[in-house]
Amino acid sequence: MTDTPDLEQNPIIAKIRDWRPEAIAELIAFRGELTIVIYREHIRPLCEFLRADSFLAFTYLSDVTAVDRYPIEPRFELNYHLLSMSRRDRVRLRARVPGDDPVVESVVSVWPTANWHEREIFDLMGIRFDGHPNLHRMLLPDDWEGHPLRKDYPVEGFR
Amino acid sequence: MTTIQTAVGPEKTMVLNMGPQHPSTHGVLRVLLELDGENIIKADVDIGYLHTGIEKTAEALTYSQAITITDRMDYLAPLSNNLAYCLAVEKLLGLEVPKRAQYIRVLLTELTRIGSHLVWLGTHAIDLGAMSVFLYCFREREELLKIFELVSGQRMMTSYFRIGGLSVEPPVGWTDHVEKIVRTFPSRFDEYEELLTKNRIWMGRTQGVGILKAEDAIALGVSGPSLRGSGVDYDVRKYFPYSSYDEFDFKVQVRTEGDCFARYMCRVGEMRESLNIVKQALTKIPPEGPIKADAPGIVPPQREKMKTEMEALIYHFKIFTEGFAPPPGEVYQRIESPRGELGCFIASDGSPKPYRMRMRTPSFVNLQALQKMVEGHLVADAIASIGTLDIVLGEIDR
Repeated sequence: MTDTPDLEQNPIIAKIRDWRPEAIAELIAFRGELTIVIYREHIRPLCEFLRADSFLAFTYLSDVTAVDRYPIEPRFELNYHLLSMSRRDRVRLRARVPGDDPVVESVVSVWPTANWHEREIFDLMGIRFDGHPNLHRMLLPDDWEGHPLRKDYPVEGFR
Repeated sequence: MTTIQTAVGPEKTMVLNMGPQHPSTHGVLRVLLELDGENIIKADVDIGYLHTGIEKTAEALTYSQAITITDRMDYLAPLSNNLAYCLAVEKLLGLEVPKRAQYIRVLLTELTRIGSHLVWLGTHAIDLGAMSVFLYCFREREELLKIFELVSGQRMMTSYFRIGGLSVEPPVGWTDHVEKIVRTFPSRFDEYEELLTKNRIWMGRTQGVGILKAEDAIALGVSGPSLRGSGVDYDVRKYFPYSSYDEFDFKVQVRTEGDCFARYMCRVGEMRESLNIVKQALTKIPPEGPIKADAPGIVPPQREKMKTEMEALIYHFKIFTEGFAPPPGEVYQRIESPRGELGCFIASDGSPKPYRMRMRTPSFVNLQALQKMVEGHLVADAIASIGTLDIVLGEIDR
């Protein structure tokens, strides 16, 4: 897909630059995959923009997932894997979220499929999603302590 | 979650708890249904009964060791899971797999697809009252499992695909067994269709039931045959070809009705197309050639070399004690599993263990569509809708 020299010609990046140039924090090209790191306050508006744009048409959200970079701050990375069926293109959006205030605006209003993904991240990673219609634990019991996928949670669990 | 937030109120409706031990939920799925008579007003899905923390466990294993736990997510299609994971790690490493291994991978994953669809067809038919199809489907699946046992030594938890290729050279004459399947299966599929496709009861139970519109399906992230039954031709094998799928000639099965019958027709058509791909793969696979990439330090050396070459011995020791370290970075590899888009996201920090391994499992996402499919319909149709989504709870809960 995209190599580093072509980044500036990439239509996705150009469109985002036109829309809100201050949203982009960093561009990463690795193994043919493009990652656009954005500031977390722009995540929902940007997703809305990318889905609604008639040329880009990122109508399909493949996946939302989180990585814990503990003890580095901001410790959480949220990865959104977007897919455009009409252009057969994909892109990864990434937002960094600090550990002392792990809140991001929910994208359920943009893609309903994010509902369970965000619930799972809340369950296993402990990131809260503002505006989520039903933010409860997904896989673990309601009275479970801690968030197992965090790096400071031992593999064998708390005993 | 123990209760449901009722939409109407307890004086007018009844809450019915379906599962987690209900046979038609294909595992341990719990659905809470708010009923007005026999009509479903609201459905709430409760999952997590099979959660084993596979993603967390992977962080404590080396890249090669983690293959074994990918088998255990979608236990009906272990080879598809192996493939998604191996392709992701190979992408991370920038490793090119020999063509012969790629073709064998394609052949085996397509056989897996047939096997998985057979289980789906049998259990779905049994849910809707067609008992005999189940027995036929499992008879055929047995032949597929024999092939997996032949090549990998395991019927189900195969772990046959390894990073850089395959684990061992398939035994001499294994293709004869595959050829037999290619020869005999089309008539077996005709048999199922004779039992079901024009069967009035089957048509009555599936046509116009559990309708999922294309725009809803896309918004809900549905993929695989469940999406193609709604008229969207998204198939990862065509959109983003992997493992030499672009060299194969096959049609993507699409139906526009979006009901249970459309999804049934898609899957039956897919089984025939898979056989077609298997047939092509048989002609493409060269009789001899490497099955592992030439990547010392990543792919374990051959046994003979270890006895004659010092380097091979050192690499062998290092691979199995500390593993290998891919460069830091993140990759997302999607493949078309029998259930839909199976994505493997791996974040590496440059150590021999995956820093974060995430599986985007199609069943998990597809199950979200259940609410849309059943609300406003009858309880009996909910059984058909759950069956038609082809969920595997092992991969939903991970």
